[in-house]
Amino acid sequence: MTVESTAARKPRRSAGTKSAASASTTGTKSAASRSAGAAAKKSPGATGGEPELVQLLTPEGKRVKDATYDRYVADITPEELRGLYRDMVLSRRFDAEATSLQRQGELGLWASMLGQEAAQIGSGRATRADDYVFPTYREHGVAWCRGVDPTNLLGMFRGVNNGGWDPNGNNFHLYTIVIGSQTLHATGYAMGVAKDGADSAVIAYFGDGASSQGDVMEAFNFGAVYNAPVVFFCQNNQWAISEPTERQMRVPLYQRAQGFGFPGVRVDGNDVLACLAVTKWALERARNGEGPTLLEAYTYRMGAHTTSDDPTKYRADEEREAWEAKDPILRLRAYLEGANHADEGFFAELEAESEALGKRVRDVVRAMPDPDNFAIFENVYADGHALVDEERAQFAAYQASFADAGEGK
Amino acid sequence: MTIEKMALAKAINESLRTALEADPKVLIMGEDVGKLGGVFRVTDGLQKDFGEERVIDTPLAESGIVGTAIGLALRGYRPVVEIQFDGFVFPAYDQIVTQLAKMHARALGKIKLPVVVRIPYGGGIGAVEHHSESPEALFAHVAGLKVVSPSNAGDAYWMMQQAIQSDDPVIFFEPKRRYWDKAEVDKDAIPGPLHGVRVAREGSDLTLAAYGPMVKVCLEAAAAAQEEGKSIEVLDLRSMSPIDFDSIQASVEKTRRLVVVHEAPVFLGTGAEIAARITERCFYHLEAPVLRVGGYHAPYPPARLEEEYLPGLDRVLDAVDRSLAY
Repeated sequence: MTVESTAARKPRRSAGTKSAASASTTGTKSAASRSAGAAAKKSPGATGGEPELVQLLTPEGKRVKDATYDRYVADITPEELRGLYRDMVLSRRFDAEATSLQRQGELGLWASMLGQEAAQIGSGRATRADDYVFPTYREHGVAWCRGVDPTNLLGMFRGVNNGGWDPNGNNFHLYTIVIGSQTLHATGYAMGVAKDGADSAVIAYFGDGASSQGDVMEAFNFGAVYNAPVVFFCQNNQWAISEPTERQMRVPLYQRAQGFGFPGVRVDGNDVLACLAVTKWALERARNGEGPTLLEAYTYRMGAHTTSDDPTKYRADEEREAWEAKDPILRLRAYLEGANHADEGFFAELEAESEALGKRVRDVVRAMPDPDNFAIFENVYADGHALVDEERAQFAAYQASFADAGEGK
Repeated sequence: MTIEKMALAKAINESLRTALEADPKVLIMGEDVGKLGGVFRVTDGLQKDFGEERVIDTPLAESGIVGTAIGLALRGYRPVVEIQFDGFVFPAYDQIVTQLAKMHARALGKIKLPVVVRIPYGGGIGAVEHHSESPEALFAHVAGLKVVSPSNAGDAYWMMQQAIQSDDPVIFFEPKRRYWDKAEVDKDAIPGPLHGVRVAREGSDLTLAAYGPMVKVCLEAAAAAQEEGKSIEVLDLRSMSPIDFDSIQASVEKTRRLVVVHEAPVFLGTGAEIAARITERCFYHLEAPVLRVGGYHAPYPPARLEEEYLPGLDRVLDAVDRSLAY
């Protein structure tokens, strides 16, 4: 994995513009033109490789033009830009708080999204309220955009439930731990949306590791065959626990779409504006009945896979340092400051809001009660089950036997 | 005319048709279920009458079929998916066990997964490998799933109605060697509960408990035993999850002897669970240990050997004799 080559550098304007332009107008044909432009033998991020990726903000915070995708963020207001910045700062703060809470023993585990804020906030903010999101277990930023209270995400990591929130409350499905399974659920849901004649879209999140799963391949294929309104949003964060992308694939990830007959686009996953724009484009395709799109957000998992992981065993510090220079939050801040879209007061206020969020999360988690013992037997079935009833009664009698012994003394 | 004699496969076909007519959210999905009507013709004519949007030929990918059915259920549909043969279900096993079975509980009851997975199962048709298996215990072992199997056309019709109406995922095992057996179907009947035992034949000396394809074998065994003066009760269990232990217990308290019969391997099979629980419940009533008759701990054999592998009349009667000899 050569990080330098994957830097969120300026795309080759000619090639990028040409293929991207065709992507927006000719649907699946664009996948072919895109793929044709990239050497098939080149593994993603290979030394000397020049990854084609959509970028609207350079790592230095300079706005660059893109003939295809500019229009999806053309009317974005300074207030909305500040909103994206706020989303990224607050979701990062929440994420850091959760990591701390794990270290303090309040959570059993945490899967940090540090470094992936732009991919998640950009794509999450592209969705509409009536769209439906199928996350992995790391989409804390997307959950934030969907209006899921962040403390709801912590129940499963604390061990008080296995998910718990109402997926239909925010059209944000439960976190899915088994890798890639949710891409099929998203595709099926999208098939249902199409049957209903609705113009909603569905977005399925997954990672570079998940792209090796058969379920993800089947989801691509079902999505294509039924022309389902689904966006496959892959955050390629370069690492599947300890395995680099070279262990997952031999062609750039986004090019896999070509074999299934729909477009794939690589976007700078640390550029929130670009992620917002390409996701809006892909969702629009879905709404227009143009079928699935694969988006590969090229980003980096700055932290460990989870709090149980030790990345020093398998990757070098220099790699992380190289990606720190492309930090999604600093990049937007540089742009906001350069364009005079935000003043000191805004940043100071956000800092205070951020700390208040951290405190709230801390307080809620520490006060989160253990579930009632009988929760074991709750909701195993919707219509009930004789064996569950029998075992619940046995458990109750067993528990009661202790109470009797205590009272007898 | 509401009572009609028809084959078991036709009864399921009629039941699916009834469900498609009654509820626009019901969908049929699977490989070759459309124009062909399924390899066993169970969905024959349904796509023609209800269209490709509701009777859906899928890509040849079992995990994809069940995974997308889950998504459709989350959207409010009630998919009835067909796995073409018992031995082909395992690519979908992950989606069934890891996702379908657990999602209702994970959401603390806020979402429901009304998905029916139809699986033609069992041997006796001289098929090639992977076309004759009985994997029901592998599903009954999983909390969150319900597992049923009809033995006759009448039950097949009504159990399919009830399975589709269930808000829980139901694995519906269809005894493929009984697909062509005809029986009366009363579409105006008031069916018993989906998971209740049916007393297929009353008797007083011993209880034979079976489900799916083995009910017929047990009824034949009971008739043969009758000629020797033995009165055998036959229970059609119908449901492997949950199991109606109260009805089995009531029968065993009467007959004091129990033999459980299934095609699936005996080891850790449905019969093992029934033997353990009935021993617990009926310890002082039993005159003999609960015996089991079923497949061996070996891969399902080549078709030329399946008659030796499957429980037949003689093996069932052998177990009956052994039980009565205690």
